[in-house]
Amino acid sequence: MKHTMSILCDDTPGVMTRISGLFSRRGFNIESLTVGHTELPGKSRFTIVVEGNDHILEQVRKQLQKLIHVIKVWDLDLERTIEREHALVKIEVGDQERASILQLITALQARIVSSNGNIWVFEITGDTAAVDSAINLLSQFQIVESIRTGKIALEEGSESGRVRS
Amino acid sequence: MKKGKSVGAKSLVKSLEKAGTEVLFGYPGGANLPIYEALSRSEIRCILSRHEQGAAHMADGYARATGKTGVCMATSGPGATNLVTGIATAYMDSSPMVALTGQVSRGMIGNDAFQEVDITGITIPITKHNYLVQKASQIAPTIEEAFYLASTGRRGPVLVDIPKDVQTEEFASQQERRRSLEGYNPTMKGHPGQIKRAVSMIREASRPVIIAGGGVFLADGFDALAQFVETTGMPVVHTLMGKSAFDNRHPLNLGLFGYHGRKIANTAVTKADLVIAIGTRFGDRSTGPLSAFAPEARIIHIDIDPAEIGKNVPAYLPIVGDITNILPRLTELCSSAGTASDHQKSWLDNLQSNVSTPPAAGDIRTSGILRSAAEVFQDPIVVTDVGRHQIAAAQYFPVSSGRTFITSGGLGTMGFGLPAAIGAAIGRPDKEVVLITGDGSFLMNIQELVTARETGVHIAVLVMNDSRLGMIQQLQDYFYEGRFDVSKFETDIHFERIAEDFGCSGIRVDSSDGLMKALNEASGNDGVTVIDCAVGEEDHVYPMVTGSNLLELVEGGAQ
Repeated sequence: MKHTMSILCDDTPGVMTRISGLFSRRGFNIESLTVGHTELPGKSRFTIVVEGNDHILEQVRKQLQKLIHVIKVWDLDLERTIEREHALVKIEVGDQERASILQLITALQARIVSSNGNIWVFEITGDTAAVDSAINLLSQFQIVESIRTGKIALEEGSESGRVRS
Repeated sequence: MKKGKSVGAKSLVKSLEKAGTEVLFGYPGGANLPIYEALSRSEIRCILSRHEQGAAHMADGYARATGKTGVCMATSGPGATNLVTGIATAYMDSSPMVALTGQVSRGMIGNDAFQEVDITGITIPITKHNYLVQKASQIAPTIEEAFYLASTGRRGPVLVDIPKDVQTEEFASQQERRRSLEGYNPTMKGHPGQIKRAVSMIREASRPVIIAGGGVFLADGFDALAQFVETTGMPVVHTLMGKSAFDNRHPLNLGLFGYHGRKIANTAVTKADLVIAIGTRFGDRSTGPLSAFAPEARIIHIDIDPAEIGKNVPAYLPIVGDITNILPRLTELCSSAGTASDHQKSWLDNLQSNVSTPPAAGDIRTSGILRSAAEVFQDPIVVTDVGRHQIAAAQYFPVSSGRTFITSGGLGTMGFGLPAAIGAAIGRPDKEVVLITGDGSFLMNIQELVTARETGVHIAVLVMNDSRLGMIQQLQDYFYEGRFDVSKFETDIHFERIAEDFGCSGIRVDSSDGLMKALNEASGNDGVTVIDCAVGEEDHVYPMVTGSNLLELVEGGAQ
């Protein structure tokens, strides 16, 4: 099953290696990993999406919790989680395509963030499914390059997630 | 140097002293010489090993024998990588250790400088935590933290890597800043509700058994366990790491269980309706195939590490905390709840029918040698290496409870024995230390005989010399059609001669007549005595589980 883990940790060198090592040694491929600063000074939050056996991932969660720099680990309940991804898609736009692409952009609520001759860069934000389908629709055009951030996620409610043991 | 100023290396030595370090096991090199220079003006005793791996095992053996944190040190590069096996050994057996390494100067890190390795990167998976110190002012708080982490909660090795220019850097003393460890709060006290639930489970059980693991040893929970057993009257089996958790001669101690476990112990676990696992991680050498492990039992799992709960075996009732906190409370509640039920008494009687008569000792056989040694040495610390002799030591050398049996259980490190014995002897000069080793393991760190000689420790070394890798042959015999090409040594090594060349005493024993004399001599000698026991081709070590559960075992009997 797919899991989204949220990890609050000290913002310090090496913490990423320690965290990712616990997945890789078990042969898990991290689907996406995002990290950034939080409202707490000196603390970072990781959002990690990984697919694997529930029992083994529970073990990984406990091992993550044991890392000295890790303060708290949540296995997020996707039913009550807000998730977002961000993508940038660079497209070579043919002269005849302009009208249809602008129409699609409006429908997708995407934005044009750069246009350099016929090379345009679009910005898309949404949950994973929305970004998937946007990219899928854009792929009828000539995609030159694209990048997505991976998922960031927070649970709804007053506290950002509960520890599920 | 100006007033209020300090230097990295000096600050390091001061921090070590403050942490209570009495002995440091190490080996010098270009990148740790400033530290050795500062150590020369300290009371800390520096033991010079002959290989960094030896230094690490010595620190580990010292830690296991004393309960204090062992300290070892190496230089950068190869010195640091030579520590790795020793650190991993300590990690697998949760031994408290602080490993110090020199590192190339900060400006050269990452440039493939001479004798540079990324030792913090290398040791992430085998340390509880590690540090690369970037400023001299951070040395003192880092060392304090390293000792704290190594010696609390589930213990383990912590590595501190210190670049050479940090060791020589001057800094103002008031720059030393403590940090908080927000993410580290080991649970020490067991949950009262869980303890109460455990008591009713114990009362309801008719076939209970206690599994004593290495956690009892690490927590010094010997008295706590003994009182718990005495109060409840429940039988005890132990893992290899838990051999000295409970007096081996106590009638309620059924002995080693698991892959090489005794039939009575394996029967107790397999037929039990309640397993109380104390400080064990249910390693695969003790559980056997998990699907057939204790199929009828509900399991109470007591451990300090929440990550061990449910890792290998599902726990019906987990209690996370320190054994010395949990067991006395459990004992108290059990004693007010009454003594063992009649069911439990008949369970014990039934188990006794599984006692197999220990095979008689032949001439010069490992089992016989160990039984004789157990008579000669009074309440010693037994240290083993890894292999057939290790299992034989667990089976045939009874020890009293305490820090009396030291072995590399988790990692199974051949070559652990001699340096660990040296560390143990240095830490506990009041005890006799007996090293039981094999010719394969002994050769792996034999250079430390020099260290043993120079430190003046008293160790009796019993080498079970059969010119082969016995455990390997046993596996080849059972599972690989007996192809012994790589497990038979061509050269008959006389370890007594090697011992003498290293300045130790050496005796070769090839008949039972000479054995008692040699053992008494080794016990009487002040220094190191190596008894090279020419045991010839030996039988396999039994019991050994060969089937799909702990009861499908070969008992053997020829030894």
